[in-house]
Amino acid sequence: MAMIQVIAERCKSCQYCVKFCPKQVLAVGKKVNSKGYEYVEPVNQEACIACCMCGRICPDGAIEVYK
Amino acid sequence: MEKIYSRTKTIQEDKVSGFCPGCMHSTVVKLIGEVMEEMDVVEKTVMVTGIGCCGLHMDYIAYDTITAPHGRATAVATGMKRSSPDSLIFTYQGDGDFASIGLGESISAANRGENITVIFINNGIYGMTGGQLAPTTLLGMKASTAPKGRVAEEHGYPMHMCEILNQLTAPAYLVRTSCNTPQNVIKTKAAIKKAFQNQLDGKGFSMVEIVTSCPTNWGMDALTALDFIEEKMLPEFPLGVIRDR
Repeated sequence: MAMIQVIAERCKSCQYCVKFCPKQVLAVGKKVNSKGYEYVEPVNQEACIACCMCGRICPDGAIEVYK
Repeated sequence: MEKIYSRTKTIQEDKVSGFCPGCMHSTVVKLIGEVMEEMDVVEKTVMVTGIGCCGLHMDYIAYDTITAPHGRATAVATGMKRSSPDSLIFTYQGDGDFASIGLGESISAANRGENITVIFINNGIYGMTGGQLAPTTLLGMKASTAPKGRVAEEHGYPMHMCEILNQLTAPAYLVRTSCNTPQNVIKTKAAIKKAFQNQLDGKGFSMVEIVTSCPTNWGMDALTALDFIEEKMLPEFPLGVIRDR
């Protein structure tokens, strides 16, 4: 059982995490944060394997990984 | 459930970095923070920042920092390290700071084999000042001061700082890494850790050159900039350990 959490205010929608997630867990959502970025959201949470690729590549530390 | 990955505590919890989307300055500072926590050296570390986007970390990180006059970060770090040998002193400089205006100080510090660590961000362009040509700009790459692209006859060739410093006898560790994939991010972190450990062991001058992107001034989105690193930057700036002793 693994889970990721995106801290919406930190996300700038660069989409590095979307590109590098091996299980396509993440996608750009439709909601915007206070800076106006359409932040990334987990859309396929069950597929997460907690490899932390998203967290490592995220420049802004917006992703927390739980296992 | 246990939290297995989150942002380092060396960055202030409530702060969001001031960098553009996809900028790898914040990736590198995140890695530096993780290394500091793992090595348990947060209390005795001082970051000497150069001028430019690299200076934007000041109100974002949660450890000691000092901003040097433009290009003089290695000179300031030299003084700090010599007067406080037990501290861990590292400079954090971009290509405009380290390879252009500060070239004299950079080479001199390396030539003396000062026991400091240099984190050198190479994104091939001046970021904060508006995309001017940097010493590391690729041939044919457009910049605001080279609107038709860099031409060798007019602007010279891109400078390879690791290879230049490799001509000197004193430096201990010279390595070039990138942050364009999670694998390279992990390698960059390992390189930073080794460079810090070298300083603690008194081995002398260590430099980690990190090839990064500047999506805003390259005029592309963050994902296209990743491809540009892979296709254009890395053939010109090959990754790897240039010197380790």
